[in-house]
Order: sequence, then C-alpha cells, then structure tokens
Amino acid sequence: MAETAASKAPPDERLVSVGPLARLLTRPDIGAFLGAVAVFFAFGYFARSVNWIGDPGIAAGWTDQAAQYGIVAVPVALLMIGGEFDLSAGVMIGSSGLLLGYLTTFQHMNVWPAMLLVLFFGLVIGLINGLAVIKTKLPSFIVTLATFFVLQGVNAAGTLKLTGQTAIQNIDTASGFNSARKIFAGDLTHYDFKVKVLWWIGITLVGVWLLAKTRFGNWIYGSGGDANAARNVGVPVARTKVALFVMTSCTAALMGIIEALELRSMQSGEGIGLEFIFIICAVVGGCLLTGGFGSVIGTFFGAAMLGMVQLGIVDAQWDSNWTFTFQGGILFAAVLLNTWIRSRAQRAR
Amino acid sequence: MTVAHLLEADHISKYYGNIVALNDISVHVDTGEVTCILGDNGAGKSSFIKILSGVHQADEGRLLVEGEEVHFTSPRDARAAGIATVYQDLAMVPLMSIWRNFFLGAEPRKGFGPLQWFDAGKAKGIVRRELSEMGIDIRDPDQAVGTLSGGERQSVAIARAVYFGARVLILDEPTSALGVKQAGVVLKYILQARERGVAVIFITHNPHHAYPVGDRFVILNRGQSLGTFEKSQIDRQELVRLMAGGKELAELEHELEAIKVEV
Repeated sequence: MAETAASKAPPDERLVSVGPLARLLTRPDIGAFLGAVAVFFAFGYFARSVNWIGDPGIAAGWTDQAAQYGIVAVPVALLMIGGEFDLSAGVMIGSSGLLLGYLTTFQHMNVWPAMLLVLFFGLVIGLINGLAVIKTKLPSFIVTLATFFVLQGVNAAGTLKLTGQTAIQNIDTASGFNSARKIFAGDLTHYDFKVKVLWWIGITLVGVWLLAKTRFGNWIYGSGGDANAARNVGVPVARTKVALFVMTSCTAALMGIIEALELRSMQSGEGIGLEFIFIICAVVGGCLLTGGFGSVIGTFFGAAMLGMVQLGIVDAQWDSNWTFTFQGGILFAAVLLNTWIRSRAQRAR
Repeated sequence: MTVAHLLEADHISKYYGNIVALNDISVHVDTGEVTCILGDNGAGKSSFIKILSGVHQADEGRLLVEGEEVHFTSPRDARAAGIATVYQDLAMVPLMSIWRNFFLGAEPRKGFGPLQWFDAGKAKGIVRRELSEMGIDIRDPDQAVGTLSGGERQSVAIARAVYFGARVLILDEPTSALGVKQAGVVLKYILQARERGVAVIFITHNPHHAYPVGDRFVILNRGQSLGTFEKSQIDRQELVRLMAGGKELAELEHELEAIKVEV
C-alpha cells in the first residue's frame, strides 16, 4: 500500500500556508484558553493583595474549585457533542454521596465495596436516562430534567426519613475511610493541592483521547452531527448515546464519592445547580448546543475559568453574590467568541 | 446471450396496495459499464433503487448477482454483495472533517483489546490517495464536509463507496441539485469509477447528463419500461424525445405556441 507515501505527499499548492497563529485561531478550544488566561491575569490585578499569581496556596484553592466543576464537565461535554444533555448530572452527585453515606454509616459497609455499589447506581441511572431518551425519542433536556427532579425529591425525603436531619454525617467512622480518602479526596503534600485536581486532569486526558483518537470518538461526532447519516453508514447511534449517558452518571457518582469522602458528611441538597455549571464549562469550551462540535480541552479551560472566578471574587474582596453574574457574563462572551471562531474555522480552510 | 451479468434485475414488478409502482422492469449492468435509468418524477426510479439496494423487496421478478439469484432483506445484504448506494442526502455529517466522514462507521484501528485507537494518520493518507486517484482535488482532508460544494461532497461520497469495495455503485440523482459545472465534475467521477472497473447504475431525470456517460439507457415512465437502448442504438435527440414522453412534449409545444400567439 502506498498510503505512507501518499500521506507524505507535498501539500497542495493552493493551500496558502496559513501562519501557525491563524491556524491556532480556528481551534474550537482557543476561546476558552484565551478566556482562562485573561481571567487569571485579571484577578492577578484585582486580587493582588493576596499575591494571586504567585502564591501556590491560592492556586490550590481555585484548582480545587475548578476540579469540582471540571471532572463531570468532561463527560457532559462529550454528551453534548453527541447531541444530548444531562440535567441530572448535578443532583447525581448528591444522590451518590448520600448513598455512600447510607451504605457506610447505616449498613456499616466498608467504604470500598460501597463505592462499587455507588458506581453501579450511576450506571443504572445512566442506563435509565439513555434508554428513556432512545426509546421515547423525547428530547434529553426533558427526560433528564425529570430524572433531576425525581432524584432531588428522593434525596431530600430519603435523608430526612433516615436521619431526621438534612444530612448524613460521620462517614469518616466507616472502615476503609482513610485509605479511600487518600486516593479520592486527600491532599497532595505540596502546597495543599488536592488529589481531586489529578482526577480532573486524568479524566480530561481520557476524554481528549476518546474523542480524538478512538472509533467511539468518531461515533460521538457522527451521532451528534447527523444521527441519520451516521446510522446510514453503520454507526450504532443508540449504543453510543446510551454509553455517553452512562459515562456522565458514573462520573457524577465518582464526584459524589469524592465529596462524601472529603466533607465526611453529605447534605441532601448537594450538587443541585451544578448541572448548569457543567453545561457552561462545555459551552465555554466550544461545544455546540446542537451537537457535533466541541472540545474536551476547551471544557477543561472553561472549568478552570469558572474555578478562578469563584475564588477570585473572594480574594479580590468583592461581594461573592456577583459570582453568578460573572458566570453569566462569561457564558455570553464565550459563546459570542466561539461562534466567531467557528465561522472562521469553516471559512478559513 | 447466456453470459451472466454482474447485476441483473429480471422482470421486476412492485405494487403498493392497488398501485402499480413498477411493472415488468428488466435492467442489467456489467463491470466497467454505466447503465442510466431515466425517468420523470413518479416514473418509479426511487422504487427501483430501493429494490436494488435491499430497502424493499420486489413482488415479482428476480435479482441476480453474477447469474445467481439473490434475496436482499436489508441494505446490509446488498452492501455485503458489493452493491453500494449513494443517496441524495449522502450520509455525510457536515460538521465533521472529510477524513472522519470518509471512515465513519468503518474506522481503521490500531492496538489491542480495549486499547484500540482510530488510526488517524492512516485514515488521512487513504483519503488523500483515494480522492486523488479519482482525480478529486481536495485541499485539506481536515476540512469540514459542510464547507465543500455540492459536487465535491457528491464526489467524496462516490470515492467512499468505491473504496469500501463497491462492485456496483447506484447513484440516486447525483447531479440533480447541482449547477452545470458541478454536475460536470460529478459526471467525470462517474466515468472515473467506471474506468476502475465499477459497474454504475446512474439514476437521473436529465438526459443531457445521462447521454455523455451512459453505455446503456433504460427509460421508465409511470412504472413501465419504454425500452432498453445501447448507446449505439440511440442518439441524444431521440433520448430526450423519449424521456419527455414524445407525443406529450409535442402537445406541450403546441399549447405553448398557442399561448405565445395569444400574448
């Protein structure tokens, strides 16, 4: 086969060599990267009283917050590229953490097998979401909104019935707690960086690899870009989408485990509201609401940006109620920037 | 003539309830030939393609591949027999790059077990080679398909079908939505595919597109065949005349003349 020779063929003479900068500006994730850099230096100025740029302790704070958003934002982004939403991803964190708390404190299970059960619970919820979307052909926005509210009720009512309170506590009394905490919710020895940050980076790398380098990644693009066309050429669209829902729920369950181990207790309202933060990360990262286009690296920088805003507002000694306003502003600005980049990408090739 | 044809439809009829969609249609095609199926809207072209590509089954008549009778129950069966259909909607995802589209659903892989990855380098190389062998001139395999012109998109779809082992290529109105120049480009690729030994069934309502590339012409009208003509047996004018329904066209001309006089 001559493919190696062909792949090294000289470039087409009509391809005016676009400079590396112009080429960079057509990437879907460039907007989120530039945004994150801009936000970093903006707080470098506004929060200069706490040495925002230079203090590793400060960085440990905002990376912790960013990891909180970024871990689940990765599968949410993949799901969006695949053409679907999961609004139950936030509440799933609460449900999973509460389940871990219930199993360890009420059923006296060891943390490790309890974690397996919680991940299995994530798998089941993901299957329910995915199969409901595929079988009913209803928009996933509606189906997962229903899951969201169902779980929210279960979390609140279940916790109250079990404990008479709004939280499950004393998770640290369970056996296996310390070994599990070390891996999921511990501190790295240097500068108080959290292990969670490594999970965030690791899951991002897996997401990048899946999307760019695997057959499954090609199916995600195809299923989201044009499900009919993809089906016609033999892509198992239904299986791809169900797998993405399962990945999202399981990652949310992992996040619930991390939080329960970190906080040692779980509030019944935990995680609610985060579903939109995940979607903001994905959209800031260049994901198209209609599917078929987006970036995991961009989502990583989207999460970093929101993490910085969350902590930066405090460090700049502003009223933290402004956080939401900032998040909204970032979302709007990012979408405008990304739309502009995409129109360039489709023209400038 | 006892030689088996590569693909032969033998006295095919198809009914939808009491509607006769196709009545006793016979068509054949061989390696390195283009058989054109011409017909106006409602002539039965779509029903006929659907039978050849396994979407529908004929109510009467036989399908033969190399002389052997076959029964396609799904498009997958037809594809397995080497019959690829390029539909008007092309089965391409506009936001994806050319190379990702080309291999969508049939990605080449490297590695073992769960650690298999999509061999992007190989994919890009194959796309560039296949397209250039077809004489298709793309600038960059990373380009999104949505940015290609209609003719280029059609050409990539044809190249894809040829690469994935199509022996018979069925093209459903590939030129109907295109401008003159773009249609010319697609016609060129039909000839390229023929040169590579592919049997092409080219469905169109435009005799001016069919005549230059066709070796054989089958004209459908209201589910009936008006005859099969080798290129040597028919000239372009006759084809146009038959296609437009001869007498009907003469009548129409007459009516138009009358209107002109009134004006």
